[in-house]
Amino acid sequence: MERKDTRSGFGAGLTELGKKNKDVVALCADLTGSLKMNDFKNNHPQRFFQIGIAEANMIGIAAGMTIGGKIPFTGTFANFSTSRVYDQIRQSIAYSNKNVKICASHAGLTLGEDGATHQVLEDIGMMKMLPHMTVINTCDYNQTKAATIAIADHIGPVYLRFGRPAVPNFTSENQNFNIGEAVYLSNGTDVTIIATGHLVWEALEASKILSKSNIKAEVINIHTIKPLDKQAIIKSASKTGCVVTAEEHMLNGGLGDSVSQVLSREFPTPLEMVGVNDTFGESGTPRQLMEKYGLTAKDIVKATKKVLLRKNSK
Amino acid sequence: MKSTQELENICSQIRRDIVRMVHANNSGHPGGSLGCTEFLSVLYFNHLKHDISFNMDGINEDLFFLSNGHISPVLYSVLARSGYFNIKELSTFRKLNSRLQGHPTTHEKLEGIRIASGSLGQGLSVAIGAALTKKLNKDKQLVYSLHGDGELQEGQIWEAIMYAAGNKVDNIIATIDYNKKQIDGSLNDVLPMGDLKAKLQAFDWQVIEVLQGNNLQSIINALSKAKEMTGNEIPIAILLHTEMGNGVDFMMGTHKWHGSAPNDEQLLEALSQNTETLGDY
Repeated sequence: MERKDTRSGFGAGLTELGKKNKDVVALCADLTGSLKMNDFKNNHPQRFFQIGIAEANMIGIAAGMTIGGKIPFTGTFANFSTSRVYDQIRQSIAYSNKNVKICASHAGLTLGEDGATHQVLEDIGMMKMLPHMTVINTCDYNQTKAATIAIADHIGPVYLRFGRPAVPNFTSENQNFNIGEAVYLSNGTDVTIIATGHLVWEALEASKILSKSNIKAEVINIHTIKPLDKQAIIKSASKTGCVVTAEEHMLNGGLGDSVSQVLSREFPTPLEMVGVNDTFGESGTPRQLMEKYGLTAKDIVKATKKVLLRKNSK
Repeated sequence: MKSTQELENICSQIRRDIVRMVHANNSGHPGGSLGCTEFLSVLYFNHLKHDISFNMDGINEDLFFLSNGHISPVLYSVLARSGYFNIKELSTFRKLNSRLQGHPTTHEKLEGIRIASGSLGQGLSVAIGAALTKKLNKDKQLVYSLHGDGELQEGQIWEAIMYAAGNKVDNIIATIDYNKKQIDGSLNDVLPMGDLKAKLQAFDWQVIEVLQGNNLQSIINALSKAKEMTGNEIPIAILLHTEMGNGVDFMMGTHKWHGSAPNDEQLLEALSQNTETLGDY
């Protein structure tokens, strides 16, 4: 399996947009290389804005640029895209309902060695709480590229979350990216595994391990956390009778939290959640961190066995 | 173009609107609103090229952004009196189901408002963004913004000031309501800001200082001069020395009316000092 970083998918998507949509402008806060925005910058210097290390100003400028019809894409690390500028996003973008695309790289633990100051694990929660905001977390290079292109056509604020490390590029190259629509990756009858971002691949690996014990998992890739595809979740849960969620994010406020709200209100189902449990990260390689903080296929298998016990004891 | 006499009449009516709006629900910010009445009247009635059949993009129009959103009463009155919406709607200020929120917002689709403001320090960045888009669109009209002096204590403002100078954003005119007061007291008591003119100049902005910021002719002159100075690769600031509470004698010379409303008796006193010229809402 070819491995590629999701942030390069963002860069490739932005390159495409540069060619086909003259209203797209890009802003960056001194991380052009990290965000893979150099190609857009070099090909469209008039439409690229280097803001410097001033994220609050970047968010405000992006909001202002929508007035007159531009579609601004801001790029910086996920932590500096969200928690650092939450009030700016809240007032100037979400409340004002401006057509800004907040594009965030290096999300979660897998940025690795930089450690906890840079490893935001709360961003999905912060962004999904904002009215008007669409929240997307993509799983591989191809999906990130497709999502980047798709959000330019969506009118309204979007948070697009992706990451740093090279991960398996397993979704199709010319996929349609439909905001708010779950993607079924496998059919199963015993358990539903709902994953987002880098954990989608781990969920697929987990389903292979489970199949050896004759457990058939239905794996669903939720790239859009808000608006959430409730129907897909309820439909699968009603078939399998138990659910595991998996994400590279804090359990509080993440995908699992959204799924549990849907299930408890509309279709009560035993649920286990894989994610980071109320702790900051630390320095390490991406793989070491995934293992230490319980974000691997093995952890999804463990959670599945646990939820199956609850399902079967009913 | 209005004569200064006509503008004075407009200001008198706007001051009545402000104190009545704030009195009607016993909340709001009269001090800064009164202090900027002359400036916003000159801007909207004599200076801006703008279209009251409002559209958000404002192509080929001058744009104005109120960064210190708490002085919403003066902006709402000026917009209504300009014809953006019916003056009767001023009576809904700060009430449930109103488009006239305590601080301006766009989501209620109030004509004349292009960004929400209230959380301080964000409006200059927004104005710069709008100015950059005007340049991309080859739109020659200008972008104006208004800020409180205390608002300049917010760090984001200085990020924006640095950006505009460094990137030659020369189609923007940012005015600072320099009344030297903020909610807790005088600037010097809360956080001394030193020589603002020198600070702005040190950040490579051109500064027009208006010592009589409540004088209509001084404002007219400053805005004309500022407009002439655009297009020279240097952003422009107007340091407008104003009197908080201007036009209502007992509200002047103190920070105490920054965010408090007059009682019934005080309202009558304030109204007696400002003639009804255009008809109350």
